Amino acid sequence: MTENPTGRLDVRKTYKLFVGGAFPRSESGRTYEVTAADGTFLANAAKASRKDARDAVLAARKGFGAWNAATAYNRCQVLYRIAEVMEGRRDQFVADVLAAEGGSAAAAADQVDAAIDRWVWYAGWADKLAQVLGSANPVAGPYFNFSVPEPTGVVVAVAPQDSSLLGLISVIAPAVVSGNAVIVIASTARPLPAITLTEVLATSDVPGGVINVLTGDPAEMMPWLATHADVNAIDLAGITDADLAVSLERDAAGTVKRVRRPDRDPNWSADPGLSRIRDFVETKTVWHPMGV
Amino acid sequence: MTFEYAPAPESRSVVNIAARYGLFIDGSFVESSSGATFPTINPATEEVLSEVAEAGADDVDRAVRAARRAYEEVWGRMPGRDRAKYLFRIARLIQERSRELAVLESLDNGKPIRESRDVDLPLVAAHFFYHAGWADKLGHAGHGPDPQPLGVAAQVIPWNFPLLMLAWKIAPALACGNTVVLKPAETTPLTALLFAEICQQADLPPGVVNIITGAGETGRLLVEHPGVDKVAFTGSTEVGKTILRSLAGSSKRLTLELGGKAANIVFDDAPIDEAVEGVVNGIYFNQGHVCCAGSRLLVQESIADEIVDALKRRLGTLRLGDPLDKNTDIGAINSSEQLARIAALVSSGEAEGAERWSAPCDIPERGWWFPPTVFTGVTQAHRIAREEIFGPVLSVLTFRTPDEAIEKANNTPYGLSAGIWTEKGSRILWMAERLRAGVIWANTFNRFDPTSPFGGYKESGFGREGGIQGLGAYLTKEVTR
Repeated sequence: MTENPTGRLDVRKTYKLFVGGAFPRSESGRTYEVTAADGTFLANAAKASRKDARDAVLAARKGFGAWNAATAYNRCQVLYRIAEVMEGRRDQFVADVLAAEGGSAAAAADQVDAAIDRWVWYAGWADKLAQVLGSANPVAGPYFNFSVPEPTGVVVAVAPQDSSLLGLISVIAPAVVSGNAVIVIASTARPLPAITLTEVLATSDVPGGVINVLTGDPAEMMPWLATHADVNAIDLAGITDADLAVSLERDAAGTVKRVRRPDRDPNWSADPGLSRIRDFVETKTVWHPMGV
Repeated sequence: MTFEYAPAPESRSVVNIAARYGLFIDGSFVESSSGATFPTINPATEEVLSEVAEAGADDVDRAVRAARRAYEEVWGRMPGRDRAKYLFRIARLIQERSRELAVLESLDNGKPIRESRDVDLPLVAAHFFYHAGWADKLGHAGHGPDPQPLGVAAQVIPWNFPLLMLAWKIAPALACGNTVVLKPAETTPLTALLFAEICQQADLPPGVVNIITGAGETGRLLVEHPGVDKVAFTGSTEVGKTILRSLAGSSKRLTLELGGKAANIVFDDAPIDEAVEGVVNGIYFNQGHVCCAGSRLLVQESIADEIVDALKRRLGTLRLGDPLDKNTDIGAINSSEQLARIAALVSSGEAEGAERWSAPCDIPERGWWFPPTVFTGVTQAHRIAREEIFGPVLSVLTFRTPDEAIEKANNTPYGLSAGIWTEKGSRILWMAERLRAGVIWANTFNRFDPTSPFGGYKESGFGREGGIQGLGAYLTKEVTR
């Protein structure tokens, strides 16, 4: 948004949602004002409605089929591709994070670097999960019995409100790496890095519908998503209102969703470990007969 | 010419049932503070077996405090190798007293002695053996080098496999260093109380295992008690959802093993007799009181008539009656309430237009019984194809292609188990990959093993019991639910 020294008027971008691989506006026609950390106007972001949320579930369910059927090797390469494309747009992400969060340019650059590196780290997990979380089980009988982790299906994540890029990626990547499709609601006050990420996703071989990004108010959309019968799990990372978190957990009970409660004192820079991956996989155990 | 079977009853003199049982808290049997009791009844004869104490809020609190004390002072800090030795001891005591436990299980639950003796009890002992060995090897379980227990586990179990469900709950909890308060189902408390005696014989430190008896209200008080760190529940999806709501916002960890409506899928290349045996075992085992029962038979259209004929012929030979008779195949329905529920769903099947066939068998005059029943002409919209009946009732549907079989099998909010019958190994794995269920049996059904993780997808619950994956439910606070 800075004045161009040559006097040229800059071309501003319309920030939209990312659903099913396309960039729709909110069907409601609503937008909300996004300001920088210092209060200056940045953009009007789409304010997604419950209808947009339901459309995103449809898109995610469709995306889940193809993504779950992809080989782990393929998922690894797609996630790594996201890191490659992000790296090429590093400066834009640094500018976005700096505008959204304020602070120093160095801190913004550190966050972007960590976010790109996080994709690389998770990319490598795609074809190792089954070996680390799965097992061959020595049952007392003539069966080859094995257990494998499988994605739970459609995961809805509320991205952290503070860490606009690293926090966002830290909730998307562990869900998609195992084959889930994700709907993520970006930080309400700091959504622009998430929207820039969608432009990366659209050009990184991520199949449409696998990652869907909504902007707006989680308190408005989440009650619909927490009760939606085609959503399998919710990650409440970015829910800061404790009462809302409790009520969403209660909403999710009706369909026995997997719920990840808000993290206590999250540190998005720390080694994420496997806990988030584990929360969104199911263990499938197969008894295969042996005999001649 | 028919051959009649002579009765071959197992002697019930192997077990002494006390006229009254107290609650097992802090290592000894105590009265409930209100003095209230309730009867536990033999479902095959309607005879009252014993009066059992009903735990109220005070008693639940006492039990949780005892468990907390035992966790903090003894069990939580005991070296793993010593916890292992206690669990090995318990496993051996179960083997030594297995006939007694099997007879008691059949008396209180109504299941055939052949099942309690040959399936339940061996698996109970195996479960303690398996988990005993984990107690001093938890650093290898994939949760870091020094994973920590959670504290006090509240465990609520159902009446269909009373002692086996107790083993699935208590063995991993103890191996991981937690202490437990367990509530058995109100219609089947007796083997859990005998297990309490085994804990005494094993010199298990007081408070490590507490058994409190009562109905749903006691269970509610237990899972909602603020002194509990972890809740493990096996039972209906309806109660599971109630527990989920009541624990919302707490920091308690939770695992749920809920209902199912499993598809048992038979392809046209399957060996017919073997598949029919598997289908029978899948739904009539334990009177169909099995959450993972194969209650929907999906049979390939070209062999549907042949399978249904063979199935009816086989069901005509099943022997229904005295659970203690060693020749009995089908025992009693566990309670009059459950019988009413089965009858109501069967009536709905008839009313909705499915065709009912029940095996022609003599129903004893006393007790609660339901003959093995098959519905044909079932559509996916019928209640008997959607709702868990938890009784010996099979709904038959057909399919033409593997894709259609997958579509129909997955068309349910449940996802606990599924069965595949085919001679083709590649088809087994193709199907297994696409079925959205936690346990897939190929050319077998209803098999269990302590090394094999068990648990569901979707509304069949979450978390696993058994195997290395099952330990996560009782270890380390890193997972947020």
